[in-house]
Amino acid sequence: MKTSTILSVPDAAEAWDRVSGSVDAQGETMMLNMGPSHPATHGVLRLHLEVDGEVIVACDPVIGHLHRGMEKIAENCHYNQFVAYTDRFDYLAPMSNNIAYACAVEKLLGWELPERGQAIRVLCSELSRISSYMLGVGVYAMDVGAMTVFLLCYEEKEKVHNFYEEICGARFTSSYTRIGGMTRDIPKGFEKKVLAFCDSCEKTIDEMESLLLKNKIWMDRLIGVGKLTREQVLANGLTGPNMRASGVKRDLRKTNPYLGYERYEFDVPVMEGGDCYDRFIIRAFEMRQSVRILRQVCGNMPGGPICVQNERGILPPKEAAMMGMEELIRQFMVTTMSVNAPVGQVYFAAENPKGELGFFIESQGGGTPNRLKMRSPSFSTLSVLPELLPGHLISDIPAILGSFDFVQGECDR
Amino acid sequence: MEIIHSIFRFCDEVLSDPVWFYIITLILKLIVCLAVVIAFVPISVLIERRVASWIQDRVGPNRVGIPLSIFSRFGSKAAQPLANVLDYWGFPRDGRLARLFRYLRLDKDIRLWGVLQPMVDGLKLFLKEDFTPPFVRKAYFWVAPALVLAPPLITSTVIPFAGSVETRYGHLSMCVANLDIGPLWIFALAGLSVYGLALAGWASNSKYPFLSAVRSSAQLISYEISMGLSIIPLLMICSRLNLQDIVQYQADNGWMLLPLWGEGLTEQRWVLLVPVFISFIIFLTSVFAEANRLPFDMAECETDLVGGYHTEYSSMKFALFFMGEYAAMVVGSAIVITLFLGGWSIGFGLDGLIAAHWGPWWEILFGFVAFLLKLAFFTFFFVWVRWTLPRFRYDQVMKLGWLVFFELAVVNIFLTAGILYFFK
Repeated sequence: MKTSTILSVPDAAEAWDRVSGSVDAQGETMMLNMGPSHPATHGVLRLHLEVDGEVIVACDPVIGHLHRGMEKIAENCHYNQFVAYTDRFDYLAPMSNNIAYACAVEKLLGWELPERGQAIRVLCSELSRISSYMLGVGVYAMDVGAMTVFLLCYEEKEKVHNFYEEICGARFTSSYTRIGGMTRDIPKGFEKKVLAFCDSCEKTIDEMESLLLKNKIWMDRLIGVGKLTREQVLANGLTGPNMRASGVKRDLRKTNPYLGYERYEFDVPVMEGGDCYDRFIIRAFEMRQSVRILRQVCGNMPGGPICVQNERGILPPKEAAMMGMEELIRQFMVTTMSVNAPVGQVYFAAENPKGELGFFIESQGGGTPNRLKMRSPSFSTLSVLPELLPGHLISDIPAILGSFDFVQGECDR
Repeated sequence: MEIIHSIFRFCDEVLSDPVWFYIITLILKLIVCLAVVIAFVPISVLIERRVASWIQDRVGPNRVGIPLSIFSRFGSKAAQPLANVLDYWGFPRDGRLARLFRYLRLDKDIRLWGVLQPMVDGLKLFLKEDFTPPFVRKAYFWVAPALVLAPPLITSTVIPFAGSVETRYGHLSMCVANLDIGPLWIFALAGLSVYGLALAGWASNSKYPFLSAVRSSAQLISYEISMGLSIIPLLMICSRLNLQDIVQYQADNGWMLLPLWGEGLTEQRWVLLVPVFISFIIFLTSVFAEANRLPFDMAECETDLVGGYHTEYSSMKFALFFMGEYAAMVVGSAIVITLFLGGWSIGFGLDGLIAAHWGPWWEILFGFVAFLLKLAFFTFFFVWVRWTLPRFRYDQVMKLGWLVFFELAVVNIFLTAGILYFFK
């Protein structure tokens, strides 16, 4: 017979406080563990919440459930080998990661892509931006309860995946870029299909907006919820649409143009509210801008090569490698040792769907980086949660997390 | 001949006794009533899934029909089941029967547009492991699902599913319990469903179900109030509480929302349309809240409370919750139909015409079909709303219930009283 459980007093001091009435019994709080396997926490985020009834008192995000040591892996494989790992950062926009990483290494090498190569990269990164936003907005709507919007948006995302398949053979883990170019050219007649997609995509955005934008329940749920001020955003290093929704006009495609973004006409939408509703609207706006860029890219796609020419780090054409001695040696060297990078340090950041994805590479020369550090936007986004969530209700968590549109694969690396 | 005659005479004698007449008709009506509610649960599940897929540009469940291939016990599934069935019963493979079957396309699985999908889903839930977590309070944990399903089934007994008829043996009203306090009985029982949810959440001994139980009990009780107040104007107009009488009044004098015949053509009824419409909106919304359907599914909003009160349940216990939700939806829409849309009446004065020309039993039959059609339409409406709107937040639901609907319902009562007094 267990008598100890009956006789034991868990906390005598606390019990005395209760009895003497110096503690308000109503003020008891409850620990609530949300995640790592929970429908609202996209992936494997774990929120350690302290709730008072339905109101959140404190929040402690626990990250790292998807940590794979990507930065350390990068030190042990050469530059081209690491491309395949970049797919797994922000797995909702793999192309964007490929491109950001390749551009970072090319900056270290001082290479500049030919015009067609740049245009194809712009095409791919805008396509993946649309796909990522479509999923982000759709999942966001599903979190707030509008399941139908999710499936409407997902259809467009599937179309983008079909394009991925045509471009690089894989629907999800694209690994499309190589240092100094791409694995292959886009297929013939691809531009026409993308233009057709632009029309259908705009139609879906209209449909989505008509379902949600003026919906009373949607507005009630989101306006004024998860409000981030300009100062909070800057202090926590939020980037991308989450930052622009709070009134900071900063888009790396405009401020530090890369890949010839300065040649395309597009606007940077900025909202002032900084709440969940604005973070939704800004994504719809940016999708329209991406469609605009896509139309310009496809309208005048330049001809010519897609890879850097006359460089030692680029694979020779297959026919040449079969016929010539010099090219065969070059193919062997590029495959086994990749590029020969100079000594130095470089930081390159690209405007990705989730925000500013930066790569800092420290090279001691040779084919592998000495140190590679990522600046992942989702990590910074999640850092604002302990500050933001207290005072909100439990029901607001799905809305707030959905509005941030983060990806655990990128946050945990 | 003599035997059949004596059987008839026996039946006649038994039915002539008012007590036996009452008992026999009661049992028959009970069977019809429960069959409608229980059958409408899988039908509404099917409507839900097909309409949802239609709204979302999907195909939806369209395969499950009569799987003839299960008869082919031997050989692979690819082998034609018809041949095996014929062999099994000893029919020749290319005889007349086989040709008839091939002509009727019975040599393949029959898909039937996925009509049997809900049955197969139910079968799957039967076959699943019934897991009871070790930390739950077992007795309450087991009793809770039954408490969720029972109230809607009991409520359905007071709803008239067809008109009444004068038979040789006595008056027969197509309503299991023709109570003179119909609406009050409905509200008394609707209040009971709170116990099931609260008990499930509490007995699960887990935090998400607990939060859900707190939410749902608060929500259901709040909406009960506006629901009860919202139909008072209606009862004032009809000035009776018997549901069968209310429907009969609507059949004679125009539906509450469609006063186009009988007394419904008076000016007073048209002015009364304003409060009736307000009541209708409040009542319909409250039915959504009572049935825990989406915009108001606070108790089980899966994005923040995982599964709500049924997080810890599995197998048939979960299925009971599931059926309880749909039964509440069906019964709720039946009440809406009965009160506002003329229950079983076909409308436009046709009920009386049918009864006069074809006989009262035809009126009963037509009324029953009209009732089922209205029920199917409301099921569609519930599904349509669910897949179109986002979900409210918990505090907004409470605010809507207490600050908008409650006030509106109270004002509506006085408005109706004023119209009834001044607008003769």
